[in-house]
Amino acid sequence: MQRLQDIAIKVESPEGVQASHGNALPILHEILHALQRFSTEGEQSCIDLRSLPFGPGDEEELLRLLGRGEINVTMDALGESTIWETAFSGVWIVDHRNAEGEPVALQIEIGPVPQIVFSQQEDIVDAIDRLEAQLNDH
Amino acid sequence: MADDRKKLSMTLGESLRQQGVSRRGFLKYCAATASMMALPPTMVPAIAQALEKAKRPSVIWLSFQECTGCTESLTRSHSPSVENLIFDHISLDYHHTLQVASGDAAEAAREAAMHENEGKYIVVVDGSIPLANPGYSSIAGISNLQMLEETVAGAAAVVAVGSCAAFGGLPHANPNPTGAVSVGEIVKDKPVVNVSGCPPIPTVITGVLAHFLTFGSLPELDALGRPMVFFGQSIHDRCYRRPFYDKGLFAETFDDEGARKGWCLFRLGCKGPMTYNACATAKWNQGTSWPVESGHGCLGCSEPDFWDAGGFYNALSIPDSDLTRKTGYVVGAGVALGAAAGALNRSTRAKAAAKHETVTIDDLDKKS
Repeated sequence: MQRLQDIAIKVESPEGVQASHGNALPILHEILHALQRFSTEGEQSCIDLRSLPFGPGDEEELLRLLGRGEINVTMDALGESTIWETAFSGVWIVDHRNAEGEPVALQIEIGPVPQIVFSQQEDIVDAIDRLEAQLNDH
Repeated sequence: MADDRKKLSMTLGESLRQQGVSRRGFLKYCAATASMMALPPTMVPAIAQALEKAKRPSVIWLSFQECTGCTESLTRSHSPSVENLIFDHISLDYHHTLQVASGDAAEAAREAAMHENEGKYIVVVDGSIPLANPGYSSIAGISNLQMLEETVAGAAAVVAVGSCAAFGGLPHANPNPTGAVSVGEIVKDKPVVNVSGCPPIPTVITGVLAHFLTFGSLPELDALGRPMVFFGQSIHDRCYRRPFYDKGLFAETFDDEGARKGWCLFRLGCKGPMTYNACATAKWNQGTSWPVESGHGCLGCSEPDFWDAGGFYNALSIPDSDLTRKTGYVVGAGVALGAAAGALNRSTRAKAAAKHETVTIDDLDKKS
């Protein structure tokens, strides 16, 4: 069966202008306040973009305004996730996809680095076991 | 069977680890679950802690007077996905459309699930229940009413999926020839969650099940028994076209300048102001779009009696008017499972061993 993303969809806006519905700027303000709090108080925060009533073009406009920074991370766990720092230091985009490449969560994290990037204690314990087993085999 | 019992005894955390899912994968799963349940990302640590210990509940899915659209909605969402992973951790023990077994074997599976998980299983219902004559809709010679009553007797909670199960839906529309009623009009001694919509949004269905799996309780409900987190605001209040309404900019036809510029569809019959649902944020087809974004007004499909609420293309005369709400029941909010489990109806009539009244072809010809 053909999947949704295989169907070519061209969005045409009047007069060729990329449509957006003015929802990007309020989110930028929210990001600014969160970044100020992180800078002064160390408080990290996260905004779930799936819970916002965006109109056509709003998400694209927000991502365009945020731009791309110096760091890109690709994570392969239950499907591919892409994580990148925006042009604004401390503002990260976390784009989680499932095994089919379909979006399951899109978040903006404000902090030094998204929590999910760090090695997790449970995985480290498991890694020790596997490494010991490998050494025992040799 | 032994494998399945072992799976049931495992926590979600153990089960995921057994499948080779890393802690990072688990945290991603929790982030997606939080997003699906419309909970803030700050809840992820709490969700992770709860899911780590969550046990896989048994689910019995009953289909009555329905078109299978609700099941289609659910199964055609993100497949396979993090969402579907939830179903790896819910034991779906009975579902007409999805199960391989049929006839006596299928009914035996339902009865086994009821006995083995008494007081702990969830009953999901799609479709309305005919009261005029059991012959209108029966399964294995068992009337819908009898099957519902006997199955919910040992359940922890009931989830009425779709507008038919929640409010009667299309079968209940005037003149309601089958005497169709909603689940809530029959089930009075169990918590009932109404996940209305025609069909309901797939992530809303799974979101309610995920809430149950995560917290062991039902989400907070509105006056019509719907989860507040998804049905707490009207389509109109969350609509990205709302600023055009506020400015008095309306599409008058489906092909005029206003329609092309994405102005408000109120005058083309949009029922957004009196409809409560999550379409504007959850959207459809993997978050691609939703009816209003596609240029068509909301039909109000998640409200009671929406089929009888006038023409889909007739503008509401008063923006904030309300649909006639004939459903006279209110479901308690946030009922804990423990409390629900304590109120089990153990009547012999509801036992699976009871003699089922067989419906014959003659019954279909009987006048109600």
